[in-house]
Amino acid sequence: MNSHGSPSGNPFAIEVTNLECRYGERVVLTDVSFTVTPGEIFFVIGGNGCGKSTLLRHLIGLKQPGQGGVKYFGRDFTHADHAGRQELLRTFGVLYQNGALWSSMTLAENVALPLELYTGLNRAERAGIVALKLAQVGLAGYQDYYPAELSGGMKRRAGLARALALDPAIVFFDEPSAGLDPITSLKLDELIRQIRDTLGTTIVIISHELASIFDIADRVVMIDPLARGVIAEGEPKQLRDTSPDARVRNFLNRRGEPVGQQLGAAS
Amino acid sequence: MSEPGAQARADASLEGDTLMVRVGGDWRITEKRPDWQETMAGQEPKHIRLTGSGLGSWDSSLALFLHEARSWSESQGITLALEGLPAGADRLARLLAHKPARPDNPPGLPNLVTALGAATVNLWVEIKDLANLVGECAYSIGRFFRGHAQFRWRDCFSEMQQCGAMALPIVGLISFLVGVTLAYTGAIVVRQYGGDIWIADMVGLAVVREMGPMMAAIVLAGRTGAAYAATLGSMNANEEIDALSTVGVSPIDFLVMPRIVALFCMMPFLALYSDALGVLGGMAIAAAPPLNIPPTLYWAEMQTIVDLSDISTGVIKAASFGLLIGLAACWRGLQAERSAAGAGQAATAAVVTSTLLIIVSDSIFAVIFNILGW
Repeated sequence: MNSHGSPSGNPFAIEVTNLECRYGERVVLTDVSFTVTPGEIFFVIGGNGCGKSTLLRHLIGLKQPGQGGVKYFGRDFTHADHAGRQELLRTFGVLYQNGALWSSMTLAENVALPLELYTGLNRAERAGIVALKLAQVGLAGYQDYYPAELSGGMKRRAGLARALALDPAIVFFDEPSAGLDPITSLKLDELIRQIRDTLGTTIVIISHELASIFDIADRVVMIDPLARGVIAEGEPKQLRDTSPDARVRNFLNRRGEPVGQQLGAAS
Repeated sequence: MSEPGAQARADASLEGDTLMVRVGGDWRITEKRPDWQETMAGQEPKHIRLTGSGLGSWDSSLALFLHEARSWSESQGITLALEGLPAGADRLARLLAHKPARPDNPPGLPNLVTALGAATVNLWVEIKDLANLVGECAYSIGRFFRGHAQFRWRDCFSEMQQCGAMALPIVGLISFLVGVTLAYTGAIVVRQYGGDIWIADMVGLAVVREMGPMMAAIVLAGRTGAAYAATLGSMNANEEIDALSTVGVSPIDFLVMPRIVALFCMMPFLALYSDALGVLGGMAIAAAPPLNIPPTLYWAEMQTIVDLSDISTGVIKAASFGLLIGLAACWRGLQAERSAAGAGQAATAAVVTSTLLIIVSDSIFAVIFNILGW
């Protein structure tokens, strides 16, 4: 079932070792280590401003870590030379928060650009793949639409079609359900699971949507801003019920800690 | 309950050493309410009992009153008891009494020395940033000649059409009017010496060497430079540039180079067009009274002074201005903040930076051409 597997027989799709993430001069996360196995749906969770998106930017190479590194299928991405890096970039696709579709191009051109750059396919073959990818995300026939003509959910699905263009072994999602209504969000979750089940794609999702986490996550890591790193790793339901850390249980049970003086607790 | 619309009141009466304060009526933050200090005027009790009697509706104003009562009593060492008052109002009042630990001091404005230091460091960072972009563009040119660049001529031609052909009307109008203005101003001087015909020399030289390229550049800085910065800035905010990078496409090859090349190629043509319209403007004014110089004569006179070296200095300058506008606009666009305001600020910064670079480089060119004797 797993069509991608591990190219070099490596047990890990992603291996993060002692990663230090900075935002400008500020160190946001230190000593972050975790592994993701091929075909897994893996969530990085945590509250607002805890550094989830910063971690993603380090994982996909938009930022260079202060220390540590990231390996994809056993190959070092962080310290790779230009050619090696270009090659590893093709092992993953990214779905950005609002799709990040190139606004001056139609959906077909958006999906076709990676194909144009990295494959020897001719125009007709590219059009075939584009049609397939758009159909896969439920946007068949939308080839000639511009991103501005689509709704938020459609933009995200189109972004997913582009991320899947080169059939990457790993797909990263940055808060895929942010700003979507529950039904659209549910459909997107189903789509994500379907992609994993069909192609064996490894999925890494940055999110704090509890519904999605419990619905589709195989495993999660939780990041905490005060600890500046990973405070828990495991299956979400197990962490919710049995984690020794109150922060993890509170987060996964949607339970607030008393912050300052509460109105109801005053008297 | 009091009848609706009754005014808020707090009646104080002394019973032994206890002051009874009866709170009643409708308490509205928008209406007048009793003041605690006024209620207590002339009273020196040992205990206070606040009771609700005929209290109607209430809101935060009652909580404020209770808070005043409590803090006053505490400061005077008097015991205060509440009876029959809404628990919610008391809870609100206690929230006011609660003094939270102060969060860290907000950064505030730095002092003059700090601000000056920060501005200097920032200037250095900006220079490094620009130098970095220039370096990346140089690499991109290298990749282009080795056939590895992800440069799309399709995008470049579309930018050329935008910054070249589409700019013709506005560049033409402005250059023509500058020619007209120069001719009028020059006429005042040349007529004093009876040398009316020299107006052709003056306008011709000024337009071809300076005003033509300069006007085309200023218009393009405002029109195209701002558009480039705003486009790249909003692409940055929308993570479109990140998306390019993760697909393995260099944003410099794909977005910056087509724009810079388009401006670099189009500016010389726009400058020549601007020269032509400027000369035409001067010619039109010279042909009219009081100068009455026929266009053929004007043209012949102009040719005695304007030669190919003048035109080429203008064209060289124009190409350089194109390069600078493209660089400044793309630089500002790429460094834009990831917010809706970021694109607007980038557009403004792009126009300011490119205008500054145009004027500074023009002065440098003036010195160089003077030394070369062109």
